[in-house]
Amino acid sequence: MTAFGKLIRTTAFRLTLVYLFLFALFAASLLGYFAWNTRRLITEQITTTVNAEFAELNDLYSRRGLRGLVNAIENRAMRPGANLYLVTTPTGQAVAGNVAALGNGIMATTGWSETLYHRLDEQRKAPHRALVRVDELSSGFRLLIGRDLEERRRIFSIVAKAAQWSMLIVVVLGLAGGVFVARRVLRRIDAMTGTTRRIMEGDLSGRLPVGRSGDELDRLADNLNAMLERIETLMTGLKEVSDNIAHDLKTPLTRLRNRAEEALAASGNEADYRAALERTIEESDGLIRTFNALLMIARAESGQVRGNMDNFDAAEVANGIHELYEPLAEDNGMTLRVVTQPAPLHGNRELISQALANLVENAIKYGRPASPVQPPGPEMASDAKLGEILIEARRDGDTVLLSVTDHGPGIPEADRKHAIERFVRLEASRTQPGSGLGLSLASAVATLHRGELRLSDAEPGLRATLAIPALSGEGLVEQI
Amino acid sequence: MRLLIIEDDRESADYLVKAFREVGYIADLASDGEEGLSLADTGDYDVLVVDRMLPKRDGLSVIGTLRDKGNRTPVLILSALGQVDDRIKGLRAGGDDYLPKPYSFAELLARVEVLSRRHGGPAEETVYRVGDLELDRLSHRVLRGSEELTLQPREFRLLEYLMKHAGQVVTRTMLLENVWDYHFDPQTNVIDVHISRLRSKIDKGFDRPLLHTIRGAGYMVRDGIR
Repeated sequence: MTAFGKLIRTTAFRLTLVYLFLFALFAASLLGYFAWNTRRLITEQITTTVNAEFAELNDLYSRRGLRGLVNAIENRAMRPGANLYLVTTPTGQAVAGNVAALGNGIMATTGWSETLYHRLDEQRKAPHRALVRVDELSSGFRLLIGRDLEERRRIFSIVAKAAQWSMLIVVVLGLAGGVFVARRVLRRIDAMTGTTRRIMEGDLSGRLPVGRSGDELDRLADNLNAMLERIETLMTGLKEVSDNIAHDLKTPLTRLRNRAEEALAASGNEADYRAALERTIEESDGLIRTFNALLMIARAESGQVRGNMDNFDAAEVANGIHELYEPLAEDNGMTLRVVTQPAPLHGNRELISQALANLVENAIKYGRPASPVQPPGPEMASDAKLGEILIEARRDGDTVLLSVTDHGPGIPEADRKHAIERFVRLEASRTQPGSGLGLSLASAVATLHRGELRLSDAEPGLRATLAIPALSGEGLVEQI
Repeated sequence: MRLLIIEDDRESADYLVKAFREVGYIADLASDGEEGLSLADTGDYDVLVVDRMLPKRDGLSVIGTLRDKGNRTPVLILSALGQVDDRIKGLRAGGDDYLPKPYSFAELLARVEVLSRRHGGPAEETVYRVGDLELDRLSHRVLRGSEELTLQPREFRLLEYLMKHAGQVVTRTMLLENVWDYHFDPQTNVIDVHISRLRSKIDKGFDRPLLHTIRGAGYMVRDGIR
């Protein structure tokens, strides 16, 4: 497509053409209205003047007779810019006046008519047009009074010229404006197209240019940029997931394979084979769990599970998880307590439960006090607290806080951000079973609900908090 | 028991048929949706095991068509899509249970047995009895012999579920789903702890244990040692 072809195909240019047509139509009708009204006004003025003079001369004629009339006409005809006068005998002989020639039969018909004429003093020039009134005087003489229409013609030609020029200006300015606007828009669209093409070719970091005017194209670009941002985050997440799968699933897979190979190579008895197979199944179950958790995180992060959201109370979730894990904590020599107050939120109950379960499992696994709990003695009163894990659900302003606090070694501040990343298992916990995905799943769930996972110091210990926007006022009413 | 397995992956289908035969069930095989639908339509089966993604006709559409025709055979859906919303979709389409791949045969078998019982079983009783253990679902009383046992509400529901399926293997996942209504995999042995508490209440101090651990599968309440 040629540059010009592209230009005239733009919406801006087409719109300009439509406006151009509308404006031309508007200008034409305005000028037409003006011309028509002016013409009417002039004609009216002429008829009024002529009628008045007619009455005056008629009156003079009846008082002073033909002579008086002729005198008055001779007198008036001499004035500069005078009206047209002609007095004829009943047979048509000119008696007085300043008209040399008239259209045929004008003097014969009484009343108003338009005609071409020559003045006595300018017989050589082209004939002029005039509006005349002819009437018979009482004696059979005829009197003509008229007015030159040159003035009317001149005004008309001025208007016509104005119309021509304004049309020309409208068209030229309109076209120029259209081209200007279309080119401006086209340039920006071309820039956007170029960027999008680069992005499609794989450079996801590209962003559309955004101007400062905040117009519709800027808003569009802003939105597209936000979309690109999201896509890039998702792509990075995807890449991270696949990298992590490559790195961290390969290790157990290799272990699995080695074990199978070893069992195959060693000439063992049935019991050995059975043991090897059982361990293989155990190991693959672990792999499946890890894989499921990874998929879950990826789905939570991509926002795919937003469909299954409803209103519920975080306190119920906290109580439910407490009920599920309380015996496990006790078996591990800890106490699990729960403190709740109503904390309504909108979300996926299953995912929030799972996130909280992960936090509790972590607390049970890692939240053991660094020094073994002594048998309670008088000086150890505060140590009773050390083996305690506290689940809390409460509402703080616009935020629902679901937290799990333990009194274990905690996570050093420098490591906290790192701890949320996938597969990260801090040095101290390498010996514990688990996929290392608990915190990242909890974090992904919080993000899905437009919240966040906060890790803080419980002095001593770790407090992991899911901070999620609470249900707004209307939602509360709805829920009640 | 007669099963129909609708599964297009030849190897896993053959494995399932063989495994079900080993435990004494008759299992037929259909390898695509159309064939599965026409076989299931005969109504000769106690349970259908349907893969979600099938050639020719999607698994959910097979189930939907059967349900529309008034066929109430219990259906267990197998799916590589294991997430919460997919499960809900599957159950809404008319499935009775949902098992994400990969699964263990023990889990599948336990669920199929529960499904077949649910279908042909008698109306829900108000009192469950296993040996000298008695659970009254209306008065929420549990008796072992003549001794009344005090159970926590959740322990009661756990025992209720186990006794409802007395003589059948119940897996940990089934317990988590049906007693707690959670559909995720805990990374810890949280269910085992609940079971051992329940066991200490109903079996401790009695000669005949009723709550048994089935290795590699789950738990079972029954009178007598397996």
